[in-house]
Amino acid sequence: MSILLNAETQVIVQGITGRDGSFHARSMRDYGTKVVGGVTPGKGGENVDGIPVFNTVAEAVQRTGADCTVIFVPARFAGAALREAADARIPLIVCITEGIPVLDMIRDTHYLSERGCRLIGPNCPGLVSPGAAKVGIMPGRIHTPGGIGVISRSGTLTYEVVWALTRAGIGQSTCIGVGGDPVIGTSFVELLALFEADPNTTGVALIGEIGGDDEERAAEYISKSMKKPVVSFISGRTAPPEKRMGHAGAIISGGKGTAEAKVAALRQAGVPVADRPDEVPGLLSSRLAAQAPGSRKGG
Amino acid sequence: MKLHEFQAKGFLREYGIPVPEGRPASTPQEARAIAASIGFPVMVKAQVLVGGRGKAGGVKMAKSADEAEARARDILGMKIKGIEVQRVLMAAAVDIAAEFYVSLAVDRSGKTVQCIASASGGMDIEEIAATQPDRIIRFPLDPENGPVAASHQGKLASAFGRELSDQAWAILQGMYRLFSEKDCSLVEINPCAKTQQGKLIAADAKVIFDDNALFRHPELENLRSPEEYGADEMDARSNGLSYVGLDGTIGCIVNGAGLSMATMDLIKYFGGSPANFLDVGGSSNPEKVLNALRIILKHRGLTAILINIFGGITRCDDIARGIVMARERLSIPVPLVIRLIGTNEAEGRAILKGAGIDAYEDLTEAVQGVVARARSTDGKGTA
Repeated sequence: MSILLNAETQVIVQGITGRDGSFHARSMRDYGTKVVGGVTPGKGGENVDGIPVFNTVAEAVQRTGADCTVIFVPARFAGAALREAADARIPLIVCITEGIPVLDMIRDTHYLSERGCRLIGPNCPGLVSPGAAKVGIMPGRIHTPGGIGVISRSGTLTYEVVWALTRAGIGQSTCIGVGGDPVIGTSFVELLALFEADPNTTGVALIGEIGGDDEERAAEYISKSMKKPVVSFISGRTAPPEKRMGHAGAIISGGKGTAEAKVAALRQAGVPVADRPDEVPGLLSSRLAAQAPGSRKGG
Repeated sequence: MKLHEFQAKGFLREYGIPVPEGRPASTPQEARAIAASIGFPVMVKAQVLVGGRGKAGGVKMAKSADEAEARARDILGMKIKGIEVQRVLMAAAVDIAAEFYVSLAVDRSGKTVQCIASASGGMDIEEIAATQPDRIIRFPLDPENGPVAASHQGKLASAFGRELSDQAWAILQGMYRLFSEKDCSLVEINPCAKTQQGKLIAADAKVIFDDNALFRHPELENLRSPEEYGADEMDARSNGLSYVGLDGTIGCIVNGAGLSMATMDLIKYFGGSPANFLDVGGSSNPEKVLNALRIILKHRGLTAILINIFGGITRCDDIARGIVMARERLSIPVPLVIRLIGTNEAEGRAILKGAGIDAYEDLTEAVQGVVARARSTDGKGTA
């Protein structure tokens, strides 16, 4: 089992005729995802390896019953693509595109949430429920089905941790890259709540990095509201301090955002923080073993 | 993209916000002429993108043409945090009765543009925010419409007071029009000075444009200061790479910012020191690897290079082709350690093998490998 995405999810690909869109549409289908259609304005009626292409998202949804879309269109057209998906009331919108202006994302995230759509990304690798489906660009073979939820702000660093888990024999329920931009659709806290409620998730690996305060907020949520064990890794301990953004950035972040602050907040919430990505599986195993006897019966 | 004060004030003026009369000068003679046309007293202000210029002696007042020329001569060529001052802003001195603070910036977690305002403007605003947070007013603007009088004018007035409320509101509206029309990530006025005559005026300002939105405003690219990025960083940017030079010895080429930072952390963990941050980005093409190596090889004291690729949208065969091409075209005098895994890995490994190049699959082993190789070349690296 999993969160957000399962074997029944019907997926369309916006930007399916581009280099990345067509490559990953095939790769997702090869993984077992139900890729039911694609959208490229002006190319309706064509197909990509048998996947039908439509001119508009509305038409694609009407003809295929899609309940998820993944967006590969270039940054300057991504805002329109997001709104088109929201107008078609697609409940799960995954935006891979990087380089979208931040003001577009401020307007678009509100537009989407007003229409009841959940956005993952932008500038993200997507999500995968191993053994069931993947929506995005992650290499399928590194995942294995199991009970660990993985959430991360990075793409490739997520793969690193997932691969370490798989090699250690620890499977994953759902792995999600939330995206590396300042303004994103879904934060760590919302996903932690979904994993806490998912009967088949036994623990969570949280992969953070310097900047913003999503990790600090996650730490607060974990200490208040989570029973399942969470283990973390934070990248950027040796990175030079973020280039300053006037005084406003410092006032908004209020001293949060450094690797030290994030590690300290997580440890204070009882979350072990790995020094290396390949230490995550060992830390998770020992936390799961400590929780196993007596107290919890099947979550 | 960061603007100098004189550029930022030019935009404020364009959007109807009062700023002191002023123009930039790059020689003492030019400074004298501008000062004479503005009148006295006049401020001579170093134009550098780093903070703390006042404390470094980069801001002085002058009461005559001779003094203006002398102060400009002192400040031009001065180094502030390692940056040489090449221009001064000559600006009419403001007769300040009180200093306020007002800014618009992106609030990540609120997913909004946030307004921050305070009656305690000036140099110590960050300390006030940390120690006396009740003296700072913050509120989110409407995501579609920005400042809305019914919801926001009263909040702003709680920082500026009723007497200045209308002026402050007009300034905020101008700031928001600038913010949204030019795609800013920051518009900050500090201090927003109240003159002895009771007028608000932007005595200093910072504006940062969102780099992701510059495609909508190609004309703004001309305003970019060479000071913001070094020559290598600019070279990297124009080739679609994200690069930051550091002072270590092991060059890094990685895909993805998170993994790049984790790779640097791991190099340090195993006793090495990273020479740079370099993210080749997604959707790689072979040219990017070639350019990345070319830029890294300029680094002095390089002892080894690690290429760490975990393919997702980046395909291992593209990277492998780039490595083979770079080996043919560039002279690489230090050990090159490669870690390659993910999308199209088999194809990538076959290409490398055909050129007689080995690659690790495990990151920890690759980092341990590159740190060991770096030790053995220490002192014999790039000059």
